[in-house]
Amino acid sequence: MSITQTSDAPLSRKSPFPKAAAKIATSFIVILTTLLGLMMITFTVGRMVPADPVIAVIGDQADQATYDRVYKEMGLDRPIYVQFGNYLNDVVHLDFGQSIITKQSVAKDLSRVFPATIELATLATVIGAGLGIPLGVIAAVRKGTWVDHLARVVGLLGYSTPIFWLGTIVILVFYAYLGAIPPGGRIYLYDEGIVQARTNFILLDSALGGHWNVFWSALHHIIAPAVILGYASMAYLSRMTRSFMLEQLRQEYILTARAKGLGQRPIVWRHAFRNIRVQLLTVIALAYCGLLDGTVLIETVFAWPGLGSYLTSALFFADMNAVLGSVLLIGLISIAINLLSDIVYRFIDPRTR
Amino acid sequence: MAKSGTFSSLHDWLISEDFTSSRQARLHSVYLGWLSLVANPLAFAGFAVVLLLIIVAALAPVIAVHDPFAQDFLTALQAPSATHWFGTDEFGRDVFSRLIYGARTTLYITILVTVIVAPIGFVIGATAGYLGGWVDVVLMRITDIFLSFPSLVLALAFSAALGPGIENAVIAIALTVWPPIARLARAETLTFRHADFVVAAELQGAGTGRILLRHIVPLCAPSIIVRLTLNMSSIILTAAGLGFLGLGAQPPMAEWGAMAASGRQYLLDAWWLTTVPGVAILTVSLAFNLLGDGLRDIMDPRNG
Repeated sequence: MSITQTSDAPLSRKSPFPKAAAKIATSFIVILTTLLGLMMITFTVGRMVPADPVIAVIGDQADQATYDRVYKEMGLDRPIYVQFGNYLNDVVHLDFGQSIITKQSVAKDLSRVFPATIELATLATVIGAGLGIPLGVIAAVRKGTWVDHLARVVGLLGYSTPIFWLGTIVILVFYAYLGAIPPGGRIYLYDEGIVQARTNFILLDSALGGHWNVFWSALHHIIAPAVILGYASMAYLSRMTRSFMLEQLRQEYILTARAKGLGQRPIVWRHAFRNIRVQLLTVIALAYCGLLDGTVLIETVFAWPGLGSYLTSALFFADMNAVLGSVLLIGLISIAINLLSDIVYRFIDPRTR
Repeated sequence: MAKSGTFSSLHDWLISEDFTSSRQARLHSVYLGWLSLVANPLAFAGFAVVLLLIIVAALAPVIAVHDPFAQDFLTALQAPSATHWFGTDEFGRDVFSRLIYGARTTLYITILVTVIVAPIGFVIGATAGYLGGWVDVVLMRITDIFLSFPSLVLALAFSAALGPGIENAVIAIALTVWPPIARLARAETLTFRHADFVVAAELQGAGTGRILLRHIVPLCAPSIIVRLTLNMSSIILTAAGLGFLGLGAQPPMAEWGAMAASGRQYLLDAWWLTTVPGVAILTVSLAFNLLGDGLRDIMDPRNG
């Protein structure tokens, strides 16, 4: 033992640093190429639009001389790679152009609508993980019983339900018939403008400012869309948790623990569950990104003033700058979340170090 | 009696494992798969609904009792009744008939996307897995870039650029569906990459194309078919979402997502306009999920 330690020591002391550096360099390059690819896609989509970008700026009343001048100013006479370079430069400087609808810079619009979406998606993930993970664990432990079947049905329905339709039905039942929820929006109109915007997360702002009636109003508004989105991610998370847990419960260390006479609860939570935390983290990150899809639809249904509503209204008016800015932002969030889960993964799991 | 006699002898011939021809062996495995599908009630229910969808789509003009496009403002927004089973919409069109024709739209989109995506995903994934090296790196980086977008958002961007319409919706959805297929095909290919039969084929001088098509495709097929079936459910949901946002099939074409969307304006007066197409989307999407799950148990026991 001591011999192997001494002979290994110089090697292992030397190797970690370059290895870690190489790892970091690789993941850096991977992120960079992904970002570049993301922008290449949005750039291409922007070029595919049949509408003339010059006409979008000057209108169709302008004369030919103005048209030519603006055409040159926008760099449309330059080769395509120069145009792409200009686009990259603009994006890096957070210049996504101007929105046709709001007449403001898209970057400013995005910073206004973005917190609303994050607030909704985060609460939905908390609901989805809070219900889905215990459900998945119980389903795995009681495999083949009614709990397992129930979890399966709940999961399959969550996978198969068109979320925009579920939102509409919830409004019909809980607003129109029961009067239990507001029909949409983020807070009641009469609460508008009371809270000082610090973070633009309305729940946080109202709590920080001590405006508890606004806080309850906001909570009242967010609950229905968040539960619907949360249901969708619960379906996914419970299924994944179940299959991860089943894999662990088959392992021999579980048998050993049982043979030692350890109770069911410590075996499930302290042994098996501990080992799936890392996998779960990755899956929660994926579920969060999946929710960004759902928010586009659910925000439209509930008139939630977030990124999804902004994107769909921009689509409706063919406001391409706003569409591309929103799409790029959603792509960036996805990359950031996956990156974050990767970093935490490395932090928790000693095997990846 | 004689009829059941032929059936039982056919059953015996199919179930017997003393094969006299390769055709019998192939039919034998198909038959066994069929038996386990029938034995799994949920998967069989999914299969039945999918079959029903195909029949309804094929026979739409026969089943639909009214013209799905005929407008009649005198009968607009009528509740479900004996003449209009699922009521009428804001233009007085029969919702039941539109639902039946909507099955055509749904099936059209689903099949077209699957047919486009399967070969693309397979070729990219299998080539990356088989050739390895920089080809693998480049192809998988491209795949990951597409994967990094939430799929509906990417489809939205593409259909916004291409313009609304059902063909463009198909292209947009296809662009978002191929990456997971490519990843799966790559993973499957890697497991066979250094198998003896692949090396043997290489030594005999078989080219890359021949090895991929003759040796790797048949082995990857089961898990890819399972994945494609499960994917059909998300294709239906994405198509309905695009239709809901007005980017899919354009009026007056009957499409379930668009039908649910236009019904929202009359939600309080005519609940059936939104409810009925939504239930149809849910049923069909659930059926593809159940069928896919069942197929996985049959064809790909590893992931059971």
